[in-house]
Amino acid sequence: MDTRPDSQQQHRWAAIHNVLSRPGPFTDPDWEPGAMPIKELEEKILVIGAGGLGCEILKNLALSGFKNIHVIDMDTIDISNLNRQFLFRQSDIGKPKAEVAAAFVEKRVKGVKITPYVGKIQDKDEDYYMQFKIVVCGLDSIEARRWINSTLIAMVDMEDPESLKPLVDGGTEGFKGQARVILPTLTSCIECQLDMHAPRPAVPLCTIATIPRQPQHCIEWAHQIAWQEKRKDDTFDSDDMEHISWVYNAAVERAQQFHIHGVTFQMTQGVVKNIIPAIASTNAVIAAATTSEVLKIVTGCNPYLENYMMYAGEEGVYTYTFEAEKKPDCPVCGNLARKMDVDPNITLGEFIESLGEKAEAQLKKPSMRTEEKTLYQRFPPQLEEHTRPNLQLKLHELLEDGQEIAVTDPAYTIDFRYRLNFK
Amino acid sequence: MLKIWSMKQQQQQAENAEGGAGKKKKKVTAAQLRVQRDLQELTLGNTMKMTFPNPDDILNFTLSIEPDEGMYKGGVFNFSFAVNQNFPHDPPKVKCTQKIYHPNIDLEGNVCLNILREDWKPVLNLNAVIVGMQFLFLEPNASDPLNKQAAEDLRANREAFKRNVRTSMSGGTVHNITFERVLK
Repeated sequence: MDTRPDSQQQHRWAAIHNVLSRPGPFTDPDWEPGAMPIKELEEKILVIGAGGLGCEILKNLALSGFKNIHVIDMDTIDISNLNRQFLFRQSDIGKPKAEVAAAFVEKRVKGVKITPYVGKIQDKDEDYYMQFKIVVCGLDSIEARRWINSTLIAMVDMEDPESLKPLVDGGTEGFKGQARVILPTLTSCIECQLDMHAPRPAVPLCTIATIPRQPQHCIEWAHQIAWQEKRKDDTFDSDDMEHISWVYNAAVERAQQFHIHGVTFQMTQGVVKNIIPAIASTNAVIAAATTSEVLKIVTGCNPYLENYMMYAGEEGVYTYTFEAEKKPDCPVCGNLARKMDVDPNITLGEFIESLGEKAEAQLKKPSMRTEEKTLYQRFPPQLEEHTRPNLQLKLHELLEDGQEIAVTDPAYTIDFRYRLNFK
Repeated sequence: MLKIWSMKQQQQQAENAEGGAGKKKKKVTAAQLRVQRDLQELTLGNTMKMTFPNPDDILNFTLSIEPDEGMYKGGVFNFSFAVNQNFPHDPPKVKCTQKIYHPNIDLEGNVCLNILREDWKPVLNLNAVIVGMQFLFLEPNASDPLNKQAAEDLRANREAFKRNVRTSMSGGTVHNITFERVLK
């Protein structure tokens, strides 16, 4: 079957169709080349982030033959992006990244449909993420990664194979980067790997407040201390030029007092926005790795990355691939909610008592909550007093059927999650 | 598509775990879970009290410290704690809500405590933070000053510093700055 519309198209996709139309030495014996994997290029894919990595990822996916791509980004284009975020031009400054990137790639690669969404990933719910086959991230924050990671893990439902969405995550910092594949609940997740991120070195507040030694200390002082003293009522916005200028001027003045040289406007921006210089080619390397993983996972044409590739380009080039392990006590994936049938007419107090008797739990002094409600907290006293009346309430007065509770008990180092189904 | 679903089923069978049916509800976040555990494991003693403006929101609360010895004895010092969803990767944000005279706390309420910033590690818990906070009132530290004037006073003349502390705590003026009355 040939779904290709015209000869030009045929030519453009010939190479990828070649790969998908014949088995190779590493393909799975059960894999059937041909129409099926080619059809799978039409699956809906979500790209999170349309910045340095995102531009590369969108371009790579489109040129790999994917036809239906969605992209989320909350940012607008800044002049400093233009050196590496090649889907943007000077005239695009101030416009949303997702929209401009989508339009550019659609124009250059015929037949691809890219749907942008300008906003935060947190704006969207599970129903939204459920529509995609796979999620690719080119993000710059740990927080956003943790959010999408826990969302995708929470979506996994045993009764619905489609609910398991592979997550391919790319990240770069200067000359370093990583690409990883996460199969939610099956393999090591972002949360399991959290300790691998070295925290940003911070300078003690007292150094900043008293004796600065470096130009950066003067900037931090202006940003954290002078701003609070002089402009308490304004919320500092690192994208507001007037705010940055104010911090810059305050920092210059302080640097002069201490005979420190080297405070520049650019450095001020760098310090207050926590910017690490982005290297275009690092983004290209990492984006290439993540997009080929997407291609391999979606079409099944070759074995995929298991599961972490680190790339170090600061001194020569070094890459190392290893299988990060699942953390048994991972607060997100190590600790999936177990189903528990409960009588909705028993009180919370009775329920807690029953937890103490259950063989698999044996929780003697548990505290528990739902996402929005503190059900019972034994310590500190104010919370205990406030939540004590809940012990007399019936479960159906406190919870909805199927709601998840999290239980901690000082006797155990691990925590428990239960999904309470009303009998 | 990769045969992940059959992998999932195998894993499930191996563990013989019970999957959940029904509509998904909001999950307790990792930060909430960790704070719930940290709160349960606190040792407050007689000198510290916590209040929760909204008891359902355990990520935001205040801590009152009433030192029972040292130069700050007799005062009640209030701190706001704000824990974000990135906890314990990020430290809690702690601020003194009163204007006080202390070498390690500035007039805006910023606190200089190493584990709140450069030495924070996710293995540390809320108890470590409040123990550190309490220590600041027992042993104000002149070598790490945030309020330079107070630190100089402490270094120059400990007795005079003590008198300044008493004056400031009763709402008096030290070096032309009027402090908040914090006596019990």
